Amino acid sequence: MRHPDINSLHLDILKEIGNIGAAHAATALSNLLNKKIEMRVPKAEMITFNEMVEMMGGAERVVVGIYLRIEGDLEGSMFFILPIEQANRFIQHLIHEEHFDFRTNASDLGMSAMQEMGNILSGSYLSAMSDFLNLNIYPTVPGLSIDMFGAIISIGLIEISQVSDYVIMIDTSILEEGLENTEMKGHFLLLPSPESFDVIFKALGVV
Amino acid sequence: MFTPKSGKIVKVGIAQMDVAKSPDTIRTSGLGSCVGVVLYDETKKIAGLVHVMLPDSSLSRTETINTAKFADTGVKALLDKLLIEGAQKYRLKAKIAGGAQMFQFSSAKEMMRIGPRNVEAVKKVLNELGIPLIAEDTGGNSGRTIEFDPATSKLMIRTVNQGVSEI
Repeated sequence: MRHPDINSLHLDILKEIGNIGAAHAATALSNLLNKKIEMRVPKAEMITFNEMVEMMGGAERVVVGIYLRIEGDLEGSMFFILPIEQANRFIQHLIHEEHFDFRTNASDLGMSAMQEMGNILSGSYLSAMSDFLNLNIYPTVPGLSIDMFGAIISIGLIEISQVSDYVIMIDTSILEEGLENTEMKGHFLLLPSPESFDVIFKALGVV
Repeated sequence: MFTPKSGKIVKVGIAQMDVAKSPDTIRTSGLGSCVGVVLYDETKKIAGLVHVMLPDSSLSRTETINTAKFADTGVKALLDKLLIEGAQKYRLKAKIAGGAQMFQFSSAKEMMRIGPRNVEAVKKVLNELGIPLIAEDTGGNSGRTIEFDPATSKLMIRTVNQGVSEI
């Protein structure tokens, strides 16, 4: 089932939510790392589960994934997805461990720093979103997994799959300044539960 | 002399199913909490694979359902498809993989246990259908890519951390 009531105006509104949330998260990341972080124009799309997986580079692509659930007036899943190389660079920089590598040499300190980074970024994303919508949103403590993208994202699709074969994905990518034209993009993915769209549009006075 | 494999790989996405005959193989990538269920007929060298997301179609809140999405309806639909393709029911066997818990949470909501619940549901329906479960690689907290070869009845399993194994 598609969400028949979602039109292009609605998708623009969802894009704006991605813009506001990710802008705050990108600023937080920039402050944390003392690096310039650029943000790409957000996307909001209604696509099948398999299209979503393909858009993000395929089910088998190994990524660093932070996942948390959103609870309160809105429900849904939020992911912060980083290519391994990019996550390595961020953590090496953050904890001053040149040889830190999520694949081979992941120290407890680095893992914990990644978890904390996820905490800070998703917190700033969601608090900006909460202010914008004037809704109460509570994030759960994030979980961290280094694994295939398909396996990581499936937890966010489970709830949606009970009501739909389509997902509305709000995707904002960020990247380090100077690394344009590379595959080093990070992604903030917001997957609201199907019921939450009405709440979002009502909060903004759109029916 | 090196002889390349003559068959092609039939790819199965999330909440999809398909059938492959030797020399083709059948694969699904990036299983997390989902379960890949393979039903195969060794004599006919034919196999079906369904990528199940949810344990039970009663969880669905839509009128029309994608049968491949649920353990109860998906395994049955795969069985029907295999019978049409010429498999014999009494010869069918099953191998399964997946059902991981990718993230650990202290406040374990029932939805977070979806991996183990999917595995339980698949076993229940296999039991009801009288299809023996020959091997499984389930649980844990790693994603899996699986590929079944109807020629050898082997299920190849690849994870990021533990490399490749066969069941």
